[in-house]
Amino acid sequence: MSKVQVTTSINGEEMEFLCEPQQTLLEVLRETLSRTGTKEGCATGDCGACSVLVDDRLVCACLMLGVEAEGHEITTIEGIATDDGLHPLQQKFLEHAALQCGICTPGLIVAAKSLLEKHPDPDETTIRYWLAGNLCRCTGYDKIIRAVQDAAKELAHPA
Amino acid sequence: MGAFGYVAPGSLDEALTVLSEHASLGKRAQVLAGGTDLLVQMRGLDREPRTIVDIKKLAETNRVDIGAQEVFIGAAVPSAVLNENQALVDLYPGLLEAADLIGSTQIQGRATLGGNLCNASPAGDSIPAMIAAGAVCVIAGSGGTRELPVEDFVTGVGTNALGADEFLVGLKLPAPGPGTADAYLRFIPRTEMDIAVAGCGVSVTLDGSGKCTAARVGIGAVAPRALLVPAAAEALIGSTLDDAALQAAGEACSAAASPITDKRGTDVYRRKVVGVLCRRAAAIARDRARQA
Ligand SMILES: Cc1cc2nc3c(=O)[nH]c(=O)nc-3n(C[C@H](O)[C@H](O)[C@H](O)COP(=O)(O)OP(=O)(O)OC[C@H]3O[C@@H](n4cnc5c(N)ncnc54)[C@H](O)[C@@H]3O)c2cc1C
Ligand code: FES
Ligand code: FES
Repeated sequence: MSKVQVTTSINGEEMEFLCEPQQTLLEVLRETLSRTGTKEGCATGDCGACSVLVDDRLVCACLMLGVEAEGHEITTIEGIATDDGLHPLQQKFLEHAALQCGICTPGLIVAAKSLLEKHPDPDETTIRYWLAGNLCRCTGYDKIIRAVQDAAKELAHPA
Repeated sequence: MGAFGYVAPGSLDEALTVLSEHASLGKRAQVLAGGTDLLVQMRGLDREPRTIVDIKKLAETNRVDIGAQEVFIGAAVPSAVLNENQALVDLYPGLLEAADLIGSTQIQGRATLGGNLCNASPAGDSIPAMIAAGAVCVIAGSGGTRELPVEDFVTGVGTNALGADEFLVGLKLPAPGPGTADAYLRFIPRTEMDIAVAGCGVSVTLDGSGKCTAARVGIGAVAPRALLVPAAAEALIGSTLDDAALQAAGEACSAAASPITDKRGTDVYRRKVVGVLCRRAAAIARDRARQA
């Protein structure tokens, strides 16, 4: 098998890796680069656990090849918090108990971050449609919606 | 069995050379656009090694050109990018609605109209909408470029008219004239993230007096491939798109359908629903055309 060398940026860090042409970005992140924050639920695009940003666009890492990362900027859940602490979304997910097992949480936070960049003040319907590709089997979604709404407020008017 | 390969050609000629070299050697190459069908298939039912030819680095496939006569949508432009283009949404609200229905936000970040069409699923949402809008496939091959109406492109479940040395560069649509508008509706058991039970795209043109002078109707998920339904268009043309005309167009769609029965719906149900969708989509297109 011939591996391909890929140069990309992950969470602002220049990175090079070797991968098989058929490996997904999700496999590369988790297995080659040990960035296991991004989760695998279905590997078929249905659950959103693997959500990442590619050049600020929300995509499923399981539906993208690792080689397609060449020259692009990837943001994963590991790139959401800053040196100053958790992102408001992460903080509000904790405060609202918007997670139980947590497998969906990284994907939801990455997806919600991209939502708030496009729609800083989303209504509930907008949130629910935007996050329709992120499945959660534990929370029943309501707490997630509240956490996102609260984070939107916090981002608009930092406490 | 060989190994998987990946190439991302930087020019149309380079892409065609890769495809024709593989074709002449009897080796498999497959075009990659957004990958939202291809990657699922590659990890599921179709694991055979092949060379993946990524068309996202070509200038031609990334173009969206809005001209006075014609609109071109490149085959690599994802649905989310199309829906951020307000001029395009204003011209083809129905087609863009259909693109917006494809999967989740994540899927729309990658999925292309070209991929939806080439994948040739009977339930591909954008296909009936493209048929209604009069879209034509622009196909590049080693022998030159050819064009084919969308309704003639899909040849059966999962098959299309492309030769092994060809690929879809993009879609060409007639720019809608005054009084022209489209609409697309699908029925699914949920409100998001499901496969169409039936779908219908309608485009109509109204003259100054409100009479319909041109119409195209496409139906999906109710036959092995999406269909143009000329009888439905004929029922609309010449009318003011009153209830009787909408009813007749709906009946023509039901008559043109040859659906299967599966867990999403029986054949009888699908046949009925496609008629209802036609009536409703035609009414939406009519109301939009009055403003256009
Ligand atoms: C979770 C999920 C939900 C989905 N929901 C919907 C839905 O609601 N409605 C719907 O219609 N679809 C849905 N899909 C299917 C899929 O997202 C769409 O069909 C999409 O438009 C495919 O586009 P793509 O660019 O990702 O195609 P790809 O996966 O890149 O390609 C699909 C096929 O077309 C071929 N191909 C692609 N581009 C070209 C080209 N330019 N020239 C020649 N061949 C080409 C490829 O070789 C492949 O065989 C869903 C998929 C997932 C995973
Ligand atoms: S793991 Fe990618 S969508 Fe489920
Ligand atoms: S917290 Fe368990 S799946 Fe969402």
